[in-house]
Amino acid sequence: MSRYEKKFVKGNEAVAMAAIEAGVECYFGYPITPQSDIPEYLSRELPKRGGTFIQAESEIGAINMVLGASAAGMRAMTSSSGPGISLKQEGISYMSGSELPCVIVDVMRQGPGLGGIDASQADYHQATKGGGHGGYRIIVLAPNSVQEMYDLTMLAFDLSDQYRIPAMVLADSVLGQMKESIVPNQRPVAELPIKDWAVRGTGGAVQNVVKSLYLGDGEMEKFHWKMHARYQELADRDSRWEEYQTADAELIVTAFGCTSRIARTAVDMARSEGFKVGLMRPVTLFPFPKKAYRELSAKCKRWLTIELSTGQMVDDVRLSVFRDADVDFYGRPPGAGSLPTPEELFARIKNNFKDLMI
Amino acid sequence: MKQVFAKPASLKDVQTHFCPGCHHGSFHRLVAEAMDRFGIAEQTIGCASVGCSVFLYAYFNIDVVESPHGRAPAVATGVKRARPDRIVFTYQGDGDLAAIGTSEIIHAANRGEKITVIFVNNTTYGMTGGQMAPTTMPGQITSTSPEGRNVDNDGKPFKMAELLSNLDGVAFSARVAVNNPKNVMQAKKAIKTAFRYQVENKGFAFIEALAACPTNWGMNPMAANERVGNEMIPYFPLGIFKNKENL
Repeated sequence: MSRYEKKFVKGNEAVAMAAIEAGVECYFGYPITPQSDIPEYLSRELPKRGGTFIQAESEIGAINMVLGASAAGMRAMTSSSGPGISLKQEGISYMSGSELPCVIVDVMRQGPGLGGIDASQADYHQATKGGGHGGYRIIVLAPNSVQEMYDLTMLAFDLSDQYRIPAMVLADSVLGQMKESIVPNQRPVAELPIKDWAVRGTGGAVQNVVKSLYLGDGEMEKFHWKMHARYQELADRDSRWEEYQTADAELIVTAFGCTSRIARTAVDMARSEGFKVGLMRPVTLFPFPKKAYRELSAKCKRWLTIELSTGQMVDDVRLSVFRDADVDFYGRPPGAGSLPTPEELFARIKNNFKDLMI
Repeated sequence: MKQVFAKPASLKDVQTHFCPGCHHGSFHRLVAEAMDRFGIAEQTIGCASVGCSVFLYAYFNIDVVESPHGRAPAVATGVKRARPDRIVFTYQGDGDLAAIGTSEIIHAANRGEKITVIFVNNTTYGMTGGQMAPTTMPGQITSTSPEGRNVDNDGKPFKMAELLSNLDGVAFSARVAVNNPKNVMQAKKAIKTAFRYQVENKGFAFIEALAACPTNWGMNPMAANERVGNEMIPYFPLGIFKNKENL
């Protein structure tokens, strides 16, 4: 059977398969539910292909091993969830400061604290606003299917290498644990810059130093403006989103990840009853596809943001749409039993049409 | 005229930022001499830590990656696993290795990572201004132990060379000093052995380097140097605690 034939796999498994297809050379991780299938799969498959798998002593150990392997020019990754991702923030900040690429998979669970293991989207702010110290951003990709768990993991490696910014695949326990049919696509051809900055111990005239310490007059400020420009370039070139039924929409529902799947069913229910409703799904959460939101809000003034939290992405939606657009919010804070039903979302959609129905 | 002494080629021809009487410079030199001895500078990757030791790249002619505080052994693990044919070492202070980085050092040692660790123990946090370290001596006054280290409150100083020698993953563990010519010669030999272990792919090698910190000890360089011999060595004995070749 060809490795590119259709398969029925778990989301976490798709991530691990994609990492191997993308040519990951080093994986360092630590067990935590609901993502442990990723290290389990890679501990089995990566060494067979000459790669390195280490179960680290801690999440901090794991992300710093990623830092070392990435500094040495390798494709390196780690994966975790909530409490583990919090521990990794130190390393993510250092990697951002050192312009090191890597892939971090966050299969979100509930919090704060130990929280629980059901689906959550309450780590949106942590992921998109720079979860560690110092004022940086990382690339954040939000899959909404097992197929996208696969495709976006591969994309994360390329984008991260392209921009020298860490990339995160922000999934959740629904996406990590559910099984769907996927086509394990071949790694796309990408022209990527040579990692001539890596520490290779090859001596010669050029000394390569990977560091984030800038003490000289104006050095740190210069670094920040350089990264700011890079984030802008990333936004201009690689913002991604998906629109569904937005052309004539009088209300646009917006949601990411697993919530967008439920929202899409609710949009179909609304359409079947004659409500002109569309769906806007950001695929890149950083860069947030601001321009696309702005353009859509030129025509459509009614918006409904749906999240598995008390409202985080809604801030970015409100900052992106034209000021005369009305942005409603419907959230279910994460917790066992808090996943909304399509009927529940449809009711909220209808509520937004009340004034038109009189 | 025959030249009998020279600056190691692995060191850059620059002034360091180290205070007068600080032993970092001597240890930098001994590490550089070991690199020269094996001709490995061009295949060596250094993992700098946080503290006075961060400027490794400013003084050595080698590739360097800066590590977060205490994490150098994890970073070195990543580098060495990525490039097993290279020589990888960490250079860390006592706050870095024996406080915030205990987890990373113990696990890297226990895995038997084929790296060399230079651990500079000067009984204080140098860069941040002389606070109490995990290696601060009982009764030693620091900026965060104004009445002297109280072992009932803070425990006794860690003896890292002995502690790590108990792990099966450790191939070589020694404690050295540079407070007199005899000790310098022994330190040079031990550091060379620690790098030879890696050159010969023999396993994890650890050097604890006792060092003076005159500035934060409030001493002149001579008095600080004497303190290493009079106070530190009696508590932190010099010697080789593990040598796989002799087992």
